[in-house]
Amino acid sequence: MAASKTVGDVLRARGVSRRGFMKFCAATASLMALPPGMVNAVAAALEKARRPSVLWLPFQECTGCTESLTRSHSPTVEGLIFDAISLDYHHTLQAAAGHQAEAALHAAMEENYGNYLLLVDGSIPSKDKAFYSCTAGVSHYDMLVEAAKGAAALVAIGTCAAYGGLPRANPNPTGAVGVQDIIKDKPIINVSGCPPIPVVITGVLAHYLTFGTIPELDKYGRPMAFFGQNIHDRCYRRPFYDRGEFAETFDDEGAKKGYCLYKLGCKGPTTYNACATAKWNSGVSFPVQSGHGCIGCSEPDFWDKGSFYRPLSAGYWGDAKTVGIAGAAGAAIGLAAAAAARSRQKKAQKEEQA
Amino acid sequence: MNEGLYIQGISLLDFARGPALRWAVVVFVIGVVWRLGAMLLYTRRDLSRPNAASAPGGVKALLTRSAPPHELEKDIMFQHYSGYAWHISMFLVLLLFAPHMLFFKGILGFGWPTLPNLFITIFTVLTMVLLLILMVRRVTNPVLRQISTTDDYVSWFAAFLPFLTGVMSYTHITFGLRYEDMLALHFLSICFLLVWFPFSKLMHAIYIWPSRYKVGAAFARRGVRA
Repeated sequence: MAASKTVGDVLRARGVSRRGFMKFCAATASLMALPPGMVNAVAAALEKARRPSVLWLPFQECTGCTESLTRSHSPTVEGLIFDAISLDYHHTLQAAAGHQAEAALHAAMEENYGNYLLLVDGSIPSKDKAFYSCTAGVSHYDMLVEAAKGAAALVAIGTCAAYGGLPRANPNPTGAVGVQDIIKDKPIINVSGCPPIPVVITGVLAHYLTFGTIPELDKYGRPMAFFGQNIHDRCYRRPFYDRGEFAETFDDEGAKKGYCLYKLGCKGPTTYNACATAKWNSGVSFPVQSGHGCIGCSEPDFWDKGSFYRPLSAGYWGDAKTVGIAGAAGAAIGLAAAAAARSRQKKAQKEEQA
Repeated sequence: MNEGLYIQGISLLDFARGPALRWAVVVFVIGVVWRLGAMLLYTRRDLSRPNAASAPGGVKALLTRSAPPHELEKDIMFQHYSGYAWHISMFLVLLLFAPHMLFFKGILGFGWPTLPNLFITIFTVLTMVLLLILMVRRVTNPVLRQISTTDDYVSWFAAFLPFLTGVMSYTHITFGLRYEDMLALHFLSICFLLVWFPFSKLMHAIYIWPSRYKVGAAFARRGVRA
């Protein structure tokens, strides 16, 4: 349950040094685009923050979001900050199972009614009475509606929870939707990505712990601090784009030299995320650095935006058959127009002769 | 035909590079074939006895009409060469900017080498400046203003708009619009150009060679210089 301990108490108990904690606060403040003077304020607020109760509901998902958070950063200070919240329900991570787990969920909801943070990963099926995805005989649709009633705010973790993600891809057999399509009366933060960057998840939680408010959001409900700029503008390969140096295939000389991946379908110019700056695996790399173009996974409906390997500037102009039919139609109209003109001319000549 | 692009959750960019482009291409092809077909089919057979062979005169006109006549060269120098300059510059931007080449590669199935962005920026600015100068000249010169029609102004706009939206997308000077929305406007400006093209003076891009040839050939047949 939500303990009375502060975040600072928990971190000290876990052996996190003051220096390590301040480094985390500085990094978090920087990620949230706060001025350097705010680092101490972040540290003070975080240290004194009461551990909020957090319920994590996994719905129609692949557990990739949980994997991202727990594997990539453990056991760093970000991981410990996650320990510093009171994670009262997460059926992948918790020891309890079955009825005991569900009892823990309901107890946490009752005890912290109106104050808990509700984290959701995975989309929510809405078709056919929403029976496609259930836990303990309750559809995830109903579970979300019920849990959201007592939540202070919701955080949709991953593109599936934010916008429906892969399950929503055409033809969307389960009628999958995101949290914001169902819950309309609560503040919702979308931390999109497939999966989202771990430090972005912890950054959003740190912001909530520090200020007690939700951060400034973009038009898709994502925190501006992490989703305010596109990958292309922050990409270290950008100079190659400007110089017109591109990889033509995934294994040519240009690819080996680290040239721009635009021609290979990179969606960096239209994708807003912190991959190029925060990177993955504790800042080791990100997809573009590893040689594959961005697939735009933090954007709504990214799965239905055409091929990952089709360059952004290539249009979906149709096909030869359509153009052929259009040409034939044009020729027919042209023939008719010429015939009509001829006819008018002959008529005029006849009138002149008469 | 969708090639994996679905209407569900369609953004402005998806609409611009998908359905809008597709229908613009259909209108463009119908219009061009219609007008070109009608022009060629309407041609009457000349029954009079020829004074000379027509074909060499037609070919000659293709060449001679590409340079200003000596008698008028001084007077039309600026108009003539600025026209050449912006057209060449436009084609360099159109064909040698990498994203543009990739657009054509998507249609034709093959690509070609491209220029670094710096050169493209220079040619883009050159094209836009020349187009602006020519427009100012059109509206300030009394004679040009008298002979200009709505077609001239809309055609100028249709040619200028893709450059404006293109350079705004590329430089990210978007006045608050997101990059992808600006790119969508660039695609939509191309769609407008494609739809307007067949039914306006922009058709000169297609008509120019057959019409010069026909005029030259007809004059040669009568035994006079075109």
